[in-house]
Amino acid sequence: MTGIEIDLDIYPDEAALVAGLKRGDPEACACMIKQYAPRVYAIAIRMLNDPDDAEEVLQETFISACKNINKFEERSALGTWLHRIATNAALMHLRKRKHREVSLDEPIEVQDGDDIYREVQDWTLAPDDHAMNSEVRDVLEKAISELPDTLRTVFILREIEGYSTEETAQILGISVSAAKVRLHRARLRLRQLLAPHFA
Amino acid sequence: MSSHPQHQHISDCQEVLSHLNDYIDGELSPELCAELEAHLAVCHNCRVVFDTLNKTLYLVHQLRENPPELPETVEYRLFAVMNLEQFVPRKRK
Repeated sequence: MTGIEIDLDIYPDEAALVAGLKRGDPEACACMIKQYAPRVYAIAIRMLNDPDDAEEVLQETFISACKNINKFEERSALGTWLHRIATNAALMHLRKRKHREVSLDEPIEVQDGDDIYREVQDWTLAPDDHAMNSEVRDVLEKAISELPDTLRTVFILREIEGYSTEETAQILGISVSAAKVRLHRARLRLRQLLAPHFA
Repeated sequence: MSSHPQHQHISDCQEVLSHLNDYIDGELSPELCAELEAHLAVCHNCRVVFDTLNKTLYLVHQLRENPPELPETVEYRLFAVMNLEQFVPRKRK
């Protein structure tokens, strides 16, 4: 772990950390940031594709978390709670953007893959040749950034952050069926976006 | 009406596509799984879509191990905003 050095052993488990946060202990706050800020920032920058906006979301998340820590009832993990705050903050930023592709509240049509067979290219074996090198990673990150906002947010939480579809729906405040539809469309769209690079 | 919500038949490529997500997530009924797999065995295009979709997810899941880094300067500013400057090394404030 790089950057500011914090002794994380002060709070050996999450319950102790949350108790420290609720007491207003600055060391607890520092420990929380040290442990969770990298992943919160990762979610924010992938959702927003902008370092300045991601930093704003990062700061908003931890300011809000400290302000509202007494409302945290520990029914979910602290990380999940923070990710929910960060995701909501990122969604607010996306809503403010004037040139977004579709409204975040706009329902997604159910029919999938209308043109999925327009160009069927088999690149199944291609990326194996160079595994996950920086070039492949850049291609992937760029392709994910090109997904429409509604699809990207679901995709990041489900496929990269590893939340279940139900958890993803809960974090985003949408129905499970809507999350499934968006996930399905995101997967297919990403597959199409990657084809020109790997075929 | 059947009590099984997925009791239906896969008749064409479009239907295969609509079920791929559930298939990949292991949420498809055994009957539909068998039908879908039978279709994939004979339909080259659907097989390619399925294989490349799996490859897409395989690559994406590796990103979990490589999250974007939190720049030190961003971390310093966060500590400052949170009034936690006492934890920031003096020379970097």
